[in-house]
Amino acid sequence: MSELLELRGVGKRFPGVVALDDVDFTVRAGEIHALLGENGAGKSTLIKVLTGVYPADEGEFRLGGASIRPGSPRAAEELGISTVYQEVNLVPSLSVAENITLGRQPGRAGLLNWRAIRRRARAALARLELDCDVDAELGALSVAHQQMVAIARALDTRARLLILDEPTASLDEHEVAELFKIMRQLRADGLGIVFVTHFLDQVYAVTDRLTVLRNGARVGEFATAGLPRLELVGRMLGREVSAAEFAAQGAASPADHAAPPVLATHGLGRRGAVAPFDLSLRGGEVVGLGGLLGSGRTETARLLFGLDRADSGTISVHGAPCRIDSPREAVRLGLAFCSEDRKAEGLLPNLSVRENLLIAQQGRRGALRALTRAEQEQLCAHYIAALQIKTPDPETPVKNLSGGNQQKVLLARWLATQPAVIILDEPTRGIDVGAKQEIEQLIAGLRADGLAVLFISSEIDEVVRNCSRVLVLRERRLTGEIADGDLTADHLMHLMAGTHE
Amino acid sequence: MKVRSPLLWPLAGFVALLLLNAVFNPAFLKITLLDGHLYGVPVDILVQGSRTMLVALGMTLVIATGGIDLSVGSVVAIAGAVCAVLLQDGHGLALTLVAAVGAGVLAGSANGLLVARLGVQPIVATLILMVAGRGVAQLLVDGQVIIIASAPFEFLANGFVLGLPLAPLLVAAAYVSAHLLLRRTALGLFVEAVGDNEQASRFAGLAAARIKTLAYVFCGACAGGAGILTAANIRAADAYRAGENMELDAIFAVVVGGTALTGGRFLILGTAIGALLIQTLTTTMYNLGVPPAVAPVPKALLIIGVALLQSERTTRWLRGLAGRKEAA
Repeated sequence: MSELLELRGVGKRFPGVVALDDVDFTVRAGEIHALLGENGAGKSTLIKVLTGVYPADEGEFRLGGASIRPGSPRAAEELGISTVYQEVNLVPSLSVAENITLGRQPGRAGLLNWRAIRRRARAALARLELDCDVDAELGALSVAHQQMVAIARALDTRARLLILDEPTASLDEHEVAELFKIMRQLRADGLGIVFVTHFLDQVYAVTDRLTVLRNGARVGEFATAGLPRLELVGRMLGREVSAAEFAAQGAASPADHAAPPVLATHGLGRRGAVAPFDLSLRGGEVVGLGGLLGSGRTETARLLFGLDRADSGTISVHGAPCRIDSPREAVRLGLAFCSEDRKAEGLLPNLSVRENLLIAQQGRRGALRALTRAEQEQLCAHYIAALQIKTPDPETPVKNLSGGNQQKVLLARWLATQPAVIILDEPTRGIDVGAKQEIEQLIAGLRADGLAVLFISSEIDEVVRNCSRVLVLRERRLTGEIADGDLTADHLMHLMAGTHE
Repeated sequence: MKVRSPLLWPLAGFVALLLLNAVFNPAFLKITLLDGHLYGVPVDILVQGSRTMLVALGMTLVIATGGIDLSVGSVVAIAGAVCAVLLQDGHGLALTLVAAVGAGVLAGSANGLLVARLGVQPIVATLILMVAGRGVAQLLVDGQVIIIASAPFEFLANGFVLGLPLAPLLVAAAYVSAHLLLRRTALGLFVEAVGDNEQASRFAGLAAARIKTLAYVFCGACAGGAGILTAANIRAADAYRAGENMELDAIFAVVVGGTALTGGRFLILGTAIGALLIQTLTTTMYNLGVPPAVAPVPKALLIIGVALLQSERTTRWLRGLAGRKEAA
């Protein structure tokens, strides 16, 4: 098989971040090639560089042996590189035929040749063996069919390389199978296909080879069949060996199992988010929620905190059954949730450190029982000292702090509410190593204070280090639990990858 | 870096405009005592500007939540119509005033419901009432301009207490109460939090929808109050003209006063200065004999100037220019 696409030494920097560092990437004609990696690994940057959305800072691009340098998505399309994005980016109010030919409609002098438009659309759909009315309004079709139309549109430009960026995220099992059928067919036609997905089962079901990225660098290229699942997961996550010195310090002292759970769920679930699960958290324990990206970790947290409504099951707090249908209710019951998306769901960027710090507690007290200025300043001074928050002044807008200090402000915000349960979703993401360690020490301190902590992280070592027990999620289902002595990184990875004995 | 008060620019603009007037017309700043009452252009500015100030007070909170209320002008007309109808039917002053403000509260609740609960875009939601509200007002007064012959009612807008004009005093009282209500409780903080990042506020356990609704209700109440003052000032309910373009003046006042249209931090005092600045400009042009049809042009220039001063990009550019000069 010939090399269809060859990238050599591709680099891309954004202010303060190296998104791609000397990445090689090769796709052959007639193969399905998976591009894998956790969030922030550089997958989408690589695709955007390849399709001309961003210019690359350095590197060599070859397509079919000829050197190329796509300057825009349009230029990339003309070279034969077509992309189907995760969200269908077509026009729902136009017909299928219009969507397939949009921007390159056959016609003359500004007049459209409708017959040619339909003929071309039918031909594109026929190639996918798709039976679909070309005059139907796109918005009326199922998401899966819209996805197929998007592929048909991509193929209409006589693509040589097709990039599918998480095309299966919103498809059900049957629709995925249908998509795979089309992918295999196109492979047989000699197309090169780049397939980005988070579902490992799908990687093994349909791809020939795969490339793993981590932190903007290429980890390696492998034949799919020759790479055991566990090894793949290990390569995606990367193991921090240097962290061994403070390993297991957090895993000590399992909680008192006789104590009643602070938070317990029974059959709690939400269709399309996470299958019904049972969970119980006791005071003084740190429970991990492990799983790959897209396994339902955040969805679980959102259910517990009332951000999404559960459609089955019950929750009880301190043994009393309750309904949590808003974060406000959750906070009232003594829950706290540090979201993984600091910027969108945590920070009030233009407000001061002081205001960010006290907002949750003030919200719990209500507007009328305002904290006095003296109380506020005392609270701030306490947490700024306790968490070693580096800020020039409590009145500094929180947006001016570094990521690690912003994270500490958010932690302080929740600690100030004196919660019984705190859910930490990726609390160490995007912060430097020093702050990371401080936050881990803090978590140990919370456990010692008798809080129940639910700890979500994609870094396996971090989970093993901090948790006394880990619940494992795979493909939106709680699939196992590891406690105490069994809690090792290897064992956890087995469960996350779904290869346990 | 020195922290500069955000009130600096609106205040500087206001003072500059007053000085400019004083240069061209030395009598401009003159205040005389006549029959124990204060008279003069500055007093006139206060009296005529009081209505916009009141509407802008409510608008400040709505804008702070990241919204906007285009319906205030129409609510002014509705409240005026309610006053006229009730007074005409011989109802007491107290009931009339409560009903007029109540009408504003009702309108604000409708806006709040659409924006906060049903997720309609603020500009669209309040545009509905902006258009429909005039119709409601017309309906109330049956398409007529109703003359109000009630001395105590008129006194609200045109009366003097201890030599001072009453309307600005009432509006000042509203500002002081609002300030206490917002800053002595945590309401002001909640409004700023919701305006700065609504989703994060919800995550922090704030009832974001309720806070937004309250802002619209308060805005409606202020517009209702302004409707009373407007009707009392002209001694009539004019469903067609009352409060016309007032939403624009109020938005101008808020923005000139230093509250960003993107929401978050708000400055009540800035809004008051902004409203006075705009009224001064209007009065200035009136005194200079600028035809009313042309009057919006200088107003627009002022707005552009203030907006540019507030834009980060221009300040960075200006700072860059200054820096280059220093370097040279």
